[in-house]
Amino acid sequence: MHYLLFNRSLVLGLLTLLLTTVDAQESPFGDIGHTPSPAEIENLDISIMPDGEGLPPGQGTARQGEPIYNTKCVMCHGPNLEGRRDYRVGRLAGGVGTMKSDKRVKSFGSYNPVVTTLWDYTRRAMPKFEEGSLSNDEVYALSAYILYKSDIIGQDEVMNAETLPLVVMPNRHGFIPSALDEIPDIEARGCRSGRCR
Amino acid sequence: MSSKRSSRRRFIKTSAALASLGAGMSLPVNAQIPRPPGYPPRRPDEHYDYGIRSPFVTSKRIGTNGQRGTDPREGRPRDYGFRTPHHELFGTITPSSLHFIINHGYDAPNIDPVEHRLMIHGLVERPVMLSLDDLYRLPAVSRVHFIECSGNSNVTGRRFYPGWLRTQPEATVQDTHGLASCSEWTGVLLSTLLEHVGVKKEAKWFIAEGAETGFHSKSIPMWKALDDAMVVYAQNGEPLRPEQGFPLRLLTPGFEGVNNVKWLRRIKFTDQPQLSKRETSNYTSERADGTFRWFEFENGTKSVITRPSGQMKLSGPGYHDITGIAYSGRGAITRVEVSTNGGRTWQDAEIQGTIHSKAFTRFRLPWLWKGEETVLMSRSTDDKGDVQPSVAEINQELGLNLSHEWLEAGNPGTSHFNGIQPWRVKRNGEVENALFTV
Repeated sequence: MHYLLFNRSLVLGLLTLLLTTVDAQESPFGDIGHTPSPAEIENLDISIMPDGEGLPPGQGTARQGEPIYNTKCVMCHGPNLEGRRDYRVGRLAGGVGTMKSDKRVKSFGSYNPVVTTLWDYTRRAMPKFEEGSLSNDEVYALSAYILYKSDIIGQDEVMNAETLPLVVMPNRHGFIPSALDEIPDIEARGCRSGRCR
Repeated sequence: MSSKRSSRRRFIKTSAALASLGAGMSLPVNAQIPRPPGYPPRRPDEHYDYGIRSPFVTSKRIGTNGQRGTDPREGRPRDYGFRTPHHELFGTITPSSLHFIINHGYDAPNIDPVEHRLMIHGLVERPVMLSLDDLYRLPAVSRVHFIECSGNSNVTGRRFYPGWLRTQPEATVQDTHGLASCSEWTGVLLSTLLEHVGVKKEAKWFIAEGAETGFHSKSIPMWKALDDAMVVYAQNGEPLRPEQGFPLRLLTPGFEGVNNVKWLRRIKFTDQPQLSKRETSNYTSERADGTFRWFEFENGTKSVITRPSGQMKLSGPGYHDITGIAYSGRGAITRVEVSTNGGRTWQDAEIQGTIHSKAFTRFRLPWLWKGEETVLMSRSTDDKGDVQPSVAEINQELGLNLSHEWLEAGNPGTSHFNGIQPWRVKRNGEVENALFTV
């Protein structure tokens, strides 16, 4: 009798342990690692999403961006944003509408599907050799200048966290699959292993 | 330092005394046995500390198109891809020292592993910062997997891209297929880390980010985190090399190389992809109608004969073992066929050793060469039933007409090219790249 009671409490004990382990509120590995503070997360999280999530405060126009471009970008990207073949730097502006023609002119303006890529990459990787030196205002102003040179926005249109994500890029639907939720599944994406039609 | 020097001086003195003692005396017979050829006086300590290969073994990585690009502003070596010399390797594991490198133009940073942290955050219940020691406490796995750049063996025709020398008769297998390597990787499955942080149901993607200049970042579908993606700290039994992401990298088995983020510092779970530069500006495939394929992920099944291969010379007619590697980004290799007559007939090759999923698999076929001009080629099949295609099949599927003329006219080539690789053996035994000329 005693033996059975003991056994039953052991089973109940094990069940309780199991239930607490699968509880999503706790890790099966306990407290390994350190919980980052909201400030630590904000400091490291530099991802800018296509809907503008992650864009920080700040603003700029093409008119403000032009002198910054001519000081910090022109030596590699060229006076007309045409790029430099010898540096392997591609075009930033021009060629809008040529992607379906026989003479495609591939630039950020004519080719890229979303505008946030420009802001994100400029902040994390430009200017080459002085990466991370641009202020948020400068990144907004340079983005505005590059869009203006492709006739996508006007010279005095203010780019900030609200207005930038509203810019629709001309080639947004030039990518397959166009619907982002079709990407994860290889069948929906229309690919066999390695090759997609 | 001083004790070492004095003990050395003592040794010199003692040997001088022994030598003078020995002068005029006859030596014992066994002292006259000649030293074996190439026997060094004494190897430097480095040979014992870490190990250095024989001075007669000289295989090395080379840059794309046989050169290193130079950065015009600094005159420094810049990577267009440093390639694995498959023609000089054996088995299925690439030595860490010869694993291919692509760093998007940046040098590998030297990261202090004690200071390094991996932050996991976004759509999770419990965001966390993990040190290397924290990761060592978690359940580890060791798995053999290849990594392949989406540009490996590509046919693009553009001079600085892998497509230029790749199409020329003088290309070696290092030029054509050197942007793929295979290792045993050790680390923690991302699915294990998901249990630790408690991922939310809304998470459909994760973004992995490196700690190098430019913070390379890449969006990857959630299912890969639940399947076989790993956070890796060791390669072939030792900590990662700096060029491979020391102290931490992401491994996404079978996915194109750009997803395997090195110097991993952050993983963010999200409900959408970021559409970052290397998901849009680069790593897309141009199609003839002016549309672009993005997010191609899985590398297709591919095989290549590594011996005999481009620029080798057969010593003469007679017996030669044909050997090579095969792999698939979606599973295990189930069959490799070899043709020794330019594709007229095919024979099943022998598969050597254990077959791992998404890993190099070594094959061989005995061959009696009668001295005639011929073309050797191999064709792999994976456990999803996919068969490595011919160039003609790829052309038909993608609406291209890949050939020297087509590329010289400036038409698009294709990335993710996994077409059959032909090697021409000439009458004098010389082997050359026969892409487009079979």
